[in-house]
Amino acid sequence: MVDRDLERSLNDMRPRNEYGVDPFGYDPDYALSAMAPLVWLYKHYFRVEAKGLEQVPAGRVLLIANHSGQIPLDGAMIGVSLLVDAKPPRAIRSMVDKWVPSLPFISTVFARMGQVVGTQENCRRLLESDEAILVFPEGVKAITKPFRERYRLQRFGLGFMRLALETRSPIVPVSVVGAEEQAPALVDVKPVAKALGFPAFPLTPWGLPLPLPTKYHLTFGAPLVFEGRADDDDSELEKRVAVVKQTLETMLDAGLRERKGVFF
Amino acid sequence: MSSERPAVVVTGISGNLGRTLAKLLHRTERVIGIDRRPFLGRPKDIEHVQVDLRKRKAEEVFKSTPVGAIIHLGIMHDPRMSAEDHHSFNVLGTTRVLECAAKFGVKKVVLLSSANVYGPSPDNSSFLAEDAPLMGASRFPSVRDLVEVDMLGTSFFWRQSKTETVVLRPVHIVGPTIKNAPSNYLRLARPWMLAGFDPMIQLIHMEDAARAMVEALRPGRKGVYNVVGPGEVPLSTVFRELGQRPRFVPHMLARPVLSALFRYRVAEFPPEELDHIQFLCMVDGSRWATETGWAPGFSMRDTIRAVHDS
Repeated sequence: MVDRDLERSLNDMRPRNEYGVDPFGYDPDYALSAMAPLVWLYKHYFRVEAKGLEQVPAGRVLLIANHSGQIPLDGAMIGVSLLVDAKPPRAIRSMVDKWVPSLPFISTVFARMGQVVGTQENCRRLLESDEAILVFPEGVKAITKPFRERYRLQRFGLGFMRLALETRSPIVPVSVVGAEEQAPALVDVKPVAKALGFPAFPLTPWGLPLPLPTKYHLTFGAPLVFEGRADDDDSELEKRVAVVKQTLETMLDAGLRERKGVFF
Repeated sequence: MSSERPAVVVTGISGNLGRTLAKLLHRTERVIGIDRRPFLGRPKDIEHVQVDLRKRKAEEVFKSTPVGAIIHLGIMHDPRMSAEDHHSFNVLGTTRVLECAAKFGVKKVVLLSSANVYGPSPDNSSFLAEDAPLMGASRFPSVRDLVEVDMLGTSFFWRQSKTETVVLRPVHIVGPTIKNAPSNYLRLARPWMLAGFDPMIQLIHMEDAARAMVEALRPGRKGVYNVVGPGEVPLSTVFRELGQRPRFVPHMLARPVLSALFRYRVAEFPPEELDHIQFLCMVDGSRWATETGWAPGFSMRDTIRAVHDS
């Protein structure tokens, strides 16, 4: 199911040692087999339509996307689109929340697929080696938000802007339309979340947040390049972050207007 | 004293790493060992003073002959020893060594710390640089003295500008004769792994660690450095290479069970060590590599295989 080109590009993309892994724990052989079900979801379940992939510049880049859907399939779909639809294909890294390394199995699967914990230090290191990094600046609170707040962007963190200025990385806003409706959360059962050590425990009408086959629309915007000092006051950085948020909001509005329905 | 050539004092020389270092060093330097244990298989040209570092008698070494450098390995980690003895030996011992260095104007002090001072944690960046906070004791209080020893070294570096102080923080040192926690763990016939956790780990061959200490003696070298071996691999890969089949234990069960096993002396590892096979504690060794042109002599495969007796 996964084609040769994909295999080749996964293999050539990063240096690996004699045991087939890169220093962060990314294993292309593993990633390839783990990717197969995601590629199936991409092509046949969510029937993802990706626009503007050609806007993603070569070299270091920060992809800034809205986050939703209770389980982070939006990140996976952005990753798959850059692998199967972009020319040339590109393997991206996403920055995962700090609770991921404490989850059994998931921590290992994520690491072998090239995900790293979202610390400033990790992000800086990867940008400096010219990787494409996916960041959800709204964080966990956006993915777990209730259905009534769909497509409403939460507060953006400033960390990504600091890193973009410091490493002189362009920012590509990516809007994800369709993921919000895959698992509408009615309530967040906080005591259960706390007992399990999860950031949230959302309940959908059918209980667990199993995703519906909504149609995904991904739009990659034109790269934004910012100038300024990375160690500037938060208020200065906030102005630049607001530009990114505004751009993403406009893209989301356009995407919502253009789509014909949630499932088509 | 036969020669007035400044000597290199090596504390903790009787340990397996100390002996490896001594063998490497005695061809080019006059070596004096200080250890409370006897030095088995001592080469004839190495002088050995069998005394506890904390005793006044240790100072006699410095009075009787010029000392050009100290390599301080006399730091131990034995989870079975009482916290008080442990603390006294490590912290007082290191304080005494540094006092002697200051008092007798020793030009070079090399202190062997460890990358474990940063501590494994789910929040860790993949590669910790030298300026990362030393959190090793936050989840594992009994390594507090090892963190303190490291800090004694770094504060000595800032305070004593006449001495070139080098604090080395190597990753897990492994070797056929090495008896530290990582080597002991990797030698187990049926080691535990935590189900669903397979962190990347870094190892360094004991001879490479010894070479790094010799490199640190070079005039001009000073500062705090992480020292890494040939790279990083998943823990499971190490066992595959060694041909050992790990037992997978759910992490929620592992802690209480190991805690009981340790208490009743069935297991040799305190439960806090589980963090090392659950979370990352890797370091960035690029500063040491670029400033000294350092490269490990052993490949990843040879380093892993060195865990076993040859």
